[in-house]
Amino acid sequence: MASILRVDKVSKYFGGVKANQGVSLSVRTGSIVGLIGPNGSGKTTLFNSIVGTHPIDRGTIEFDGREISTLPVPAVAKLGLLRTFQQTRIFGKVNCIQNMLISSNPTKENLITIFSKVPEELTEKAENLLKFVGLHQKRKLLAGDLSFGQQKLLELAMALMNEPKMLLLDEPTAGINPTLINGIIDRLITVNKEFGITLLVIEHNMRVIMNLAQEIYCLAHGEMLASGSPEEIKNDQRVLDAYLGAG
Amino acid sequence: MKRNNLILYGALLVFGLMAPFLFPAFKLQISFMWILVILALTWDVQGGQMGYNTFGNILFFGIGMYICASTQIGLFFPLEEWTASGGEKTFLHTPSQYFLGLSAGLVLAGIVPVIVAALIGYGILGLRGHYFAICTLGLGIAAGELAGGIEIIGAGQGMTAPPWPKGIGDTEFRSEFFYFLTFITMLATFTFLRWAYQKRFGLVLNAIRDNEDKAEAMGIHTMRYKILGWMVSAFFLGIAGGLVGNMVGYIEPTEIAFTGATYGVFMILMAILGGKGTLWGPVIGAMVFHIFKEGFWTFFLGWQYVALGVLIVVIVIFFPEGIMGWLREKFPERFGEVIDEADRKAQVVLK
Repeated sequence: MASILRVDKVSKYFGGVKANQGVSLSVRTGSIVGLIGPNGSGKTTLFNSIVGTHPIDRGTIEFDGREISTLPVPAVAKLGLLRTFQQTRIFGKVNCIQNMLISSNPTKENLITIFSKVPEELTEKAENLLKFVGLHQKRKLLAGDLSFGQQKLLELAMALMNEPKMLLLDEPTAGINPTLINGIIDRLITVNKEFGITLLVIEHNMRVIMNLAQEIYCLAHGEMLASGSPEEIKNDQRVLDAYLGAG
Repeated sequence: MKRNNLILYGALLVFGLMAPFLFPAFKLQISFMWILVILALTWDVQGGQMGYNTFGNILFFGIGMYICASTQIGLFFPLEEWTASGGEKTFLHTPSQYFLGLSAGLVLAGIVPVIVAALIGYGILGLRGHYFAICTLGLGIAAGELAGGIEIIGAGQGMTAPPWPKGIGDTEFRSEFFYFLTFITMLATFTFLRWAYQKRFGLVLNAIRDNEDKAEAMGIHTMRYKILGWMVSAFFLGIAGGLVGNMVGYIEPTEIAFTGATYGVFMILMAILGGKGTLWGPVIGAMVFHIFKEGFWTFFLGWQYVALGVLIVVIVIFFPEGIMGWLREKFPERFGEVIDEADRKAQVVLK
């Protein structure tokens, strides 16, 4: 099957720090791919590079057959490539429904759409998606009053509201009550299967990522260390060394 | 609730329309109060709704003032001679010239600042937080200094706005005329903002305030909204400036047009006093502020700036969210913000 995202030999330096060094990966349309690696190995930097938060120093990034490495963040998002954040980012002083409405994506932003009312049917869609992530009862609360875990769920719902083609999830289960984690895995699989959204997931929880992903990439020290099926990664000596420290 | 609102709006409208006849001695004062309301409302678009603290909005006020007066004069007489030699004595506007000039001047006083806001905004609205604040602080000061160096508009010496034409009513009539112009401009500003805040525009401004990175990550071209917001502010500020120039009759670069130290600071204070980020906050803030300030000016002359200082301290310590913010906290049910305790405590379940 064709790749929706192709990252080719991307390098990103911050002064002398080589955050990403010749990183390549590709994600097949409709799949769930995992990205793991010890802290500071450059996973989030790679996410930032892909969505255009900062310019990359070398390499190419192709999404849906289009070169996107020079596009600004909103333009990449408009193409249907969205990311969520490790430290949740929500609109704290407005309520959950409004958070969702802001996240809906008008195809055009001109004077007419800017100064027109948010369509009524979007509210219904927002409520359904909030129900999907279990936040329906909290829809009228200020998003800033939600707990960290709930904000993570809200962020997921906001991303879905935008109807992306592909989602980059930065640690979707970090800080979430363990009893909810199975629910989240379940939701992410539904998102992938039924909504048809391709997922690239950064995750530290091995149980989650092994259950979720069909293919896993492992970064270490800014370089791609290994890739393969969950089984292969689990038994890869280099990966184990990177996580536990080689003797 | 809806009915109460109607009564409130009606009462204010009636007050606004009757005020010059009920309190004839305070006509000019109340006109200036409406001007202050405009300043606070337009500042709040950036400072409150969008979370961009600007110290430079006075720029548009001053530009509007100069553009309006220059148009009024330049349409009929050579501007250079007017400003060079106390031209209001040599050249006299006929009534029709006066009103034609004023209309054209006010229209341009709205349009030119909008263009300036778009151009400058494109350049500096990429800055955030303190950087944006400092940059705008420079804008207002620079504009004052620049205007003080331009001969054709009177340089540091200033220029006079066209005097009221002879034969059209007396000075009382003139005050009433400008009273209603300011009142209408204030109403237009309020109505437009009230309308715009209910649209996607308002929602996105709040999103920018809460987390601009996230808004961009959701595919919103925040720059467009920021520039547009500034253009809206510039439009109404420019017209307000044009009106003030005519009401005062004399335009001076740093004391009247680009008054960073008075109006420039007042607009921020008023919005914060009333409650920034709310529709009514700036309105209430401006009214309270003006009455307070004028009271001190009249009865305790010499202490007014001390009192202002105390007022600022009191606001910051006791009403950090402003009057509206405080009311909202006290009476959430009046604002339709009651939240079921059960909703707050509910556990999230994913099955």
